[in-house]
Amino acid sequence: MTWKRTLTGLLWISPWLIGFACFTVLPLVLGAWYSMTDWTLLEAPIAVGTEHYARMLGDEVVHAATWNTLIYIAITIPLLTIVSIALAMLLSRPARFIAFWRVAVFAPSVLPLVALATIFKLMYDGELGVINRGLEATGLQGPEWFTDEIWAMVAIILMNLWVVGPAMVIYLASLRDVPRDLHEAASIDGVGRWGRLVHVTLPMISPVILFNVIIGLVNAAQVFVVPYIMTGGGPNRATYFWSMYVYDAAFRYGDMGYASALGIVQFVAILLLTIGLLLVGRRFVFYRGAVS
Amino acid sequence: MIVGTGTGRFGRAGMYLALGLCALVALLPVLYMVSISLQPAEQAMSDSGMLLPASPGSAARDGAANYGSVLGDGTVDFPLYFRNTLVIALLSVAGVVVSSVLVAYGFARVPWRGRGACFLVLLATMMIPFPVVMVPLFVIFRSLGWIGTFMPLWVPAWFGSAFSIFLLRQFYLTIPRELDEAARIDGCGHLGILLRILVPLSLPAILVVALLHFMYVWNDFLGPLVFLTHRDQYTLALGLELYMSRLGTTPWNLLMAASTIMVVPVLLLFLLAQRSFIEGISTSGVKG
Repeated sequence: MTWKRTLTGLLWISPWLIGFACFTVLPLVLGAWYSMTDWTLLEAPIAVGTEHYARMLGDEVVHAATWNTLIYIAITIPLLTIVSIALAMLLSRPARFIAFWRVAVFAPSVLPLVALATIFKLMYDGELGVINRGLEATGLQGPEWFTDEIWAMVAIILMNLWVVGPAMVIYLASLRDVPRDLHEAASIDGVGRWGRLVHVTLPMISPVILFNVIIGLVNAAQVFVVPYIMTGGGPNRATYFWSMYVYDAAFRYGDMGYASALGIVQFVAILLLTIGLLLVGRRFVFYRGAVS
Repeated sequence: MIVGTGTGRFGRAGMYLALGLCALVALLPVLYMVSISLQPAEQAMSDSGMLLPASPGSAARDGAANYGSVLGDGTVDFPLYFRNTLVIALLSVAGVVVSSVLVAYGFARVPWRGRGACFLVLLATMMIPFPVVMVPLFVIFRSLGWIGTFMPLWVPAWFGSAFSIFLLRQFYLTIPRELDEAARIDGCGHLGILLRILVPLSLPAILVVALLHFMYVWNDFLGPLVFLTHRDQYTLALGLELYMSRLGTTPWNLLMAASTIMVVPVLLLFLLAQRSFIEGISTSGVKG
């Protein structure tokens, strides 16, 4: 009887199984194979072994894209984590019109990234942009955001603050589940607000922090649209990210083999980073059910 | 040092100040976009121009001129791109809803060996970024003759999306099993239980899945960039980028008008369904 039930189950999920095989497993396998060939789509692929991987080691563009992507991840994730938890804590307090405040803070997260990046391109503009003009009004001289290598990266990272919505909403839901009596008990023991945050709230929501950090990692590791629209990867490749190189190698230079190799490296890197995070996270995350 | 719950008069005033400030900063890009789209070119492109249109009258006049120019001057065929995006989004949403409703049932209600492992694999696929698979996918779709058609953008949706399946499965699990049993006694099979019990009861969740997927397709940039090759098949996302590159000297008033045209539909959908929308997203983090 069990094999019949298994068959029924497999039949029900068969749409996903077929899709998984065709649009996930097959591309990964083909990608691994293409990554060991020279191929421009015009002629049959020629096997070249691990040549592309060796070439990557000496490729200046790869070096730039690797550093940029790693720096971007390393700054964006802590920044987003702090800001989205802070916003969730602010929006979890009883206040009038709370639905309005939540919707307002969430709204920019549903906008198309192309449109948001276009708006920010104007907002960051040296002379016309509202950001530099606002800084001017307070007596500060705003930077030339897109012509300076460091400020261009800062501009792209800061724009993420407008798309914290999903993470914030998930934190909001988890804050609701932190038992009130824990806070009260800590208060009675004379623990201040900061102490309660560090010793009660954060440990209680730590599984959700890990979840959001992993989602954030996967998103940050594939950043493409915002730099593509806002800076085009410049100036001087200062905002050129890994996904942009995958795209350019394949569809601008027609080098499908090298592009596939870049994709495989990206996949393995994200996999390793995620596993690393899970291992590190296991030591810091507090699971309520696991307490003895 | 800091004692008390922050509900004193000063604490509340500070909280409202913080809320107001956050809301203002969050909405600034949208407000700015709309404001610039209602200004004449000289004002939008001058560093001494005002942030707001000069008067309601001028806003209406300049707005009409800007939006008229974006939609009608033929630099980029936005009405066509609007239709293309809508066609792809609707085909894709229909596919995701039909397939995810079925697949989620297999994960929530049919007990079978290996279900847990399969579900973990499903969750893991959410971790695979599109750029990793886009090159081989392009090759696959090319050999199928799909490049240059809408098909790469909506056919995969008919095989379910991991996130939608996950969301629906979580919702099915909240529906009491006694209802299934009652239906079974009445002679319903799996399909009967799904269609008569689970689907009617999970309509709100199905709506959230449809909405989230609609927005995903509407906002998608890289997919269309890779798979659409003809100008007359572009989506709004590509159209906006094409518009920006064609205008060259960046008349920001027109670019902001074009952005507004793309943004308004998703913003309206979000506002109409904000409650179930936000709830749907918070469900995704519950498992922790």
